[in-house]
Amino acid sequence: MDRMPNWADAVLVPLISLLLAAILSAGVILAIGESPVDAFSLMVEGALMRSAGWGYTLYYATNFIFTGLAVSVAFHARLFNIGGEGQAMLGGLGVALVCLYIPWPHWSLAIVAGAVGAALFGALWALVPAYLQAKRGSHIVITTIMFNFIAAALLNYVLVNLLRPVGAMDPATARFPDAVHLPTFQDMFSTAATPLFRGAPANVSFFLALLACGLVWLLIWRTRLGYEIRAFGHSDSAARYAGISPVRITVVTMLISGGLAGMMAVNTTMGEAERLVMNATEGAGFIGIAVALMGRNHPIGVLLAAILFGFLYQGGAELALWTNIPRELIVVIQALVILFTGALDNMVRMPLERAFLAGRKRRA
Amino acid sequence: MSPHSPADAPAIELKGISKAFGPVQANKDISMRVMPGTIHGIIGENGAGKSTLMSILYGFYKADAGEVFISGKKTEIPDSQAAIRAGIGMVFQHFKLVQNFTVLENVILGAEDGGLLRPSLAKARGVLKQLAAEYELSVDPDTQVQHLSVGHQQRVEILKALYREADILILDEPTGVLTPAEADHLFRILDNLRAEGKTIILITHKLREIMEITDTVSVMRRGEMTATVKTAETSPEQLAELMVGRKVLLRVDKTPAKPGAKVLEVENLRLVDDKGVERLRGIDLEVRAGEILGIAGVAGNGQSELLEVLGGYATATGTVRVNGAAMPLSGPGSDGQSRRACGIAHVPEDRQHEGLIMPYTAWENTAFGYHRDPALQKGLLMDNAAIRADAAAKMDRFDVRPPDPTLAARNFSGGNQQKIVLAREIERNPDILLVGQPTRGVDIGAIEFIHQQIVRLRDAGKAILLVSVELDEIFSLSDRIAVMFDGRIMGVRDPAETDQTELGLLMAGITEKPDRPLIDAVDAKLDAKEAREAGHG
Repeated sequence: MDRMPNWADAVLVPLISLLLAAILSAGVILAIGESPVDAFSLMVEGALMRSAGWGYTLYYATNFIFTGLAVSVAFHARLFNIGGEGQAMLGGLGVALVCLYIPWPHWSLAIVAGAVGAALFGALWALVPAYLQAKRGSHIVITTIMFNFIAAALLNYVLVNLLRPVGAMDPATARFPDAVHLPTFQDMFSTAATPLFRGAPANVSFFLALLACGLVWLLIWRTRLGYEIRAFGHSDSAARYAGISPVRITVVTMLISGGLAGMMAVNTTMGEAERLVMNATEGAGFIGIAVALMGRNHPIGVLLAAILFGFLYQGGAELALWTNIPRELIVVIQALVILFTGALDNMVRMPLERAFLAGRKRRA
Repeated sequence: MSPHSPADAPAIELKGISKAFGPVQANKDISMRVMPGTIHGIIGENGAGKSTLMSILYGFYKADAGEVFISGKKTEIPDSQAAIRAGIGMVFQHFKLVQNFTVLENVILGAEDGGLLRPSLAKARGVLKQLAAEYELSVDPDTQVQHLSVGHQQRVEILKALYREADILILDEPTGVLTPAEADHLFRILDNLRAEGKTIILITHKLREIMEITDTVSVMRRGEMTATVKTAETSPEQLAELMVGRKVLLRVDKTPAKPGAKVLEVENLRLVDDKGVERLRGIDLEVRAGEILGIAGVAGNGQSELLEVLGGYATATGTVRVNGAAMPLSGPGSDGQSRRACGIAHVPEDRQHEGLIMPYTAWENTAFGYHRDPALQKGLLMDNAAIRADAAAKMDRFDVRPPDPTLAARNFSGGNQQKIVLAREIERNPDILLVGQPTRGVDIGAIEFIHQQIVRLRDAGKAILLVSVELDEIFSLSDRIAVMFDGRIMGVRDPAETDQTELGLLMAGITEKPDRPLIDAVDAKLDAKEAREAGHG
């Protein structure tokens, strides 16, 4: 019909956007007197060329997969869940309670329970905004943002006053017992002869994230609930006509979304820190928005975009470590990527679409 | 007179107008001459390019190619201000009025003579008075527009154009929202304007209006102007053929109904909307098996709300019985799923926003509303293969073109979209079919087919409740006709024993012979309705 082929929409548009962001970033690096080529090769070197670099890239990517999926699922129902950050914080609390107060014989049981606890807490944190949206029409963007702040304050209180071990100075829980230690990539893939992923935080949660991608795909495109979620997202009046309850869809979708965001804590809290600390989420909830935008709300897109942002995170850390490029500039580069792949999407899409149609006309 | 004198030059002449939107050629090399002091009709199906052409003439779009001549003079119309300067006035289908301004304030809006309003208002008051007398265009200048009936609001639009000294008036589907009496009055106004030498372009899809009032008529099809003929020398059948490109049957073949048991009974149905306005004010009706009850009425008199309540997505009070069993009208059991379970199928008025999910494929849409049917599930997942196969069969039986179930709904024409909805609802073999505006925005060719399907379902012994604002459609399909006005049923008539005039009066809420001029009685009724809805009744 009057559209460009799907592959161009799904692959070419993000790639060109990315290229534009890279060019602009290069300009910024030039402007502060550094070499963009050196900077870029340093990022690639640090994030992708060594197994330890990959270990960090995939660790960050795991977080972004969960939060990206959370935003995607909500977006299929046209709900903009900005609250991934707060939901992930509460997820951390769920993980911590599961790990601290239940004696686990083996990590494999603990990760399942931890994931359930994280999802439960994350989902509950999304429930209130969802209910307010569904029943009272309070805009979910506003309420989820507010709930991020409440989550931070709540976590602060819980850590400082309730969970902090006696005599400890920093606002964090006690270390989790060794039995719940999740195998890292180093544990799993290193042999005595070839050490791999040395010291990197990537752990078995990455596979949990891949599983989540598959399940979300099934949910959205193969189940009745997914059919209703998408229908509601496309047209709430049509959903009403079909007897799909807007309240139910809004609440259920947000529970799933919040649960996915919460599950990010399995990676950070159980897999990496092995105790619950303040600010364990490090903004991953917000990066999830960019990941979902760039990934076109499709699990495979989210996976790829999450790895890209993991690369930016890890590569950025390398830059900050080895060059005079300040850490803030990394944020600028990330922001440019978000700007081009998310907000300025049509800037690339429309000329490309025209080019495709013109090409087709000429052939016809 | 010289051949180029304004007197015998066409008021409007278009030469070779073309306009494309991306790959869609909306107007293709269109040439047209409209003589001064005539009413020129433009007729064509939805998407034929009528509105695009008029938007070019009014400066909303820039033509890719072609020239416009006004009174013999080549004129550039880059924006609507230029169109107004050239003496062109436009009355849109959806009025562009400020609801909480008075008539007078609306008329001068954008045509004020200076920074202070008082002199302009005084001048406008005088002009309006004169126009009212001249053209039967009376409207109270100090009433807020939101308290006026739709017909009166339309008059304000015409007054706005005349106040800007328009010589050429374009009306886009002007009768869509009017009662027949109001439409008659509008035509008298147009007649008067023509007599005063104004030129009028009337865009419509109603053949009857073209035959009634125009001098010449141009037919558009797929962006091209296929013919321009003198109205006196043509017939509705010929125009329909020109519009569609093949012969069409304008009447529906059907045998007399054989009504059976009462299937749907509605008693004292009331609905108050979220603004607190009562939209249904005690509806009583019944539909029997094997009959079509047509609900006639101008849009916005409660028909949509009636369908929504029966279809299960608006709450109401009163009694609704299906096959003798009362149905909940609010709370649990009153949603669309429960209604479908009771054997009520619903072809909604607005297929683009209700009946279909436009980005969904055709096959996904053929399950919409029935997607919880266990037959369509396979374990935890939906049985997409089964739905797809079923969709292909339905599309084949209902002659949906193109017969491709993987195409998104928005890529089908209006008629084919409606066939998808109809196939989905009818093939569920319901006891009751609710149908709202079955042929709105549907090409004439598909209308025939859709009407046949509805009659076929009736002949299979089903009860059908038809809502339509097209009186012709009501007449040709219904076995009984109920007329709705302002949330009430004004009367039920046998189509064989009534006519358009009687129904037209009922549609304006007039049940007995009024003691004053008819149009005044109609105006009074409609203004009262509007005032009640604005919360001042």
